[in-house]
Amino acid sequence: MVSIDIIITNTGEVPIYQQIVEQIKGAVLRGELRPDQPLPSIRLLAKELEISVITTKRAYEELEKEGLIYTVPGKGSFVADFDESRLTESREQLVAEKLKEVLDTAELLGLGRAELRKIFERVLGDEK
Amino acid sequence: MKPILELSNVSKRYPGFSLDKVSFSLEPGYIMGFIGPNGAGKTTTIKLIMNLIRRDQGEIRVFGLDSLQHEQEIKQRIGFVYDEGHFYENLTAAEMTRLIAPIYRHWDWDFYEKYTRLFDLPARKKLSAFSRGMKMKYALAVALSHRAELLIMDEPTSGLDPVVRSEFLDILRDVIQDERCSVLLSSHITSDLDQIADYVTLIDGGRIVFSKSKEELLEEYVLIKGERSLLDSGLRDHIVGLKESQFGFEGLITAKEEVQRLAEGRAVFARPNLEEIMLHCIRGKAQ
Repeated sequence: MVSIDIIITNTGEVPIYQQIVEQIKGAVLRGELRPDQPLPSIRLLAKELEISVITTKRAYEELEKEGLIYTVPGKGSFVADFDESRLTESREQLVAEKLKEVLDTAELLGLGRAELRKIFERVLGDEK
Repeated sequence: MKPILELSNVSKRYPGFSLDKVSFSLEPGYIMGFIGPNGAGKTTTIKLIMNLIRRDQGEIRVFGLDSLQHEQEIKQRIGFVYDEGHFYENLTAAEMTRLIAPIYRHWDWDFYEKYTRLFDLPARKKLSAFSRGMKMKYALAVALSHRAELLIMDEPTSGLDPVVRSEFLDILRDVIQDERCSVLLSSHITSDLDQIADYVTLIDGGRIVFSKSKEELLEEYVLIKGERSLLDSGLRDHIVGLKESQFGFEGLITAKEEVQRLAEGRAVFARPNLEEIMLHCIRGKAQ
């Protein structure tokens, strides 16, 4: 069994199944979960998170649809074996989407490309 | 998957109250919460399933078998848990169990030992001296010891303190781990069901209002709060149940996108719990 922490909250707008999807997806994209590693069963996950089996089932179905996990009847669910290039692609896409949001914000505030680049450099500098 | 419990158009008439064409079903491996106000028909429905009273119409199938024709077979595999009534109060738990055990084909003494230890049940104390919580735990220990595949519980958590209730819910979660057992749990303490129910069936005035997965319910219904003036803008059509006060209104709605458009930012939305869904559905019917 893999060791992964899944933290769900009941108060937010995000449905519980979606929270599970995002956290498992995150673990896969970060490489914390490796191809063919077994995931906890939907019943165990439901019991431990104190939520309905139907919710965990839905989360796994969603992950399966996205090709991140696969299920063997009678055996359980496993992390899918997808190639590294696709993994990199997904990671880059995720970051690109975030940057697009930043770009939109900058546009809204009337900041040009040059100013934006300067801010980006500054933030990168701060990080070091 | 074949349902473990299936009611179709079950009716029972009493002077002043009738259960009207009750239908719902439950698959193996799930917990169903059976909710509704006092006098809605929860206990009558459970008594009909257990054959404690006779139905006037309709069909009840348990494990795929007709509940009247196969009563003995069904009762071997069913666990009925409630806090009073069906044990001899003058006996100790150990004495009572010696009487019950031979009735069941699949009685397992190891299980019984395990659960009485887990539940801290005193063997030498008379059942009449048991608290409500202890009687309920004893009934549950008996049900689990004869390897019941369907647990039917009538208000098992009422009168239990929060610590015992939480332990009890943990045990039910364990029970459904092997995908073979199901639980039908009637309660008016809906917060228990917020936690453990997979499906929820609401009954009111002898009729089923809905029988759905909790997932579906939380997707379908949204709680809205806003200014009263909002109600006149076509919003009323989408409201299931409404409560107005001097300072605004609270309502349960379906079709969230449409309502969000109508509200134009003048309302707040929240995810309802089962109690709010139940109250508004019942209130809506009365309005």
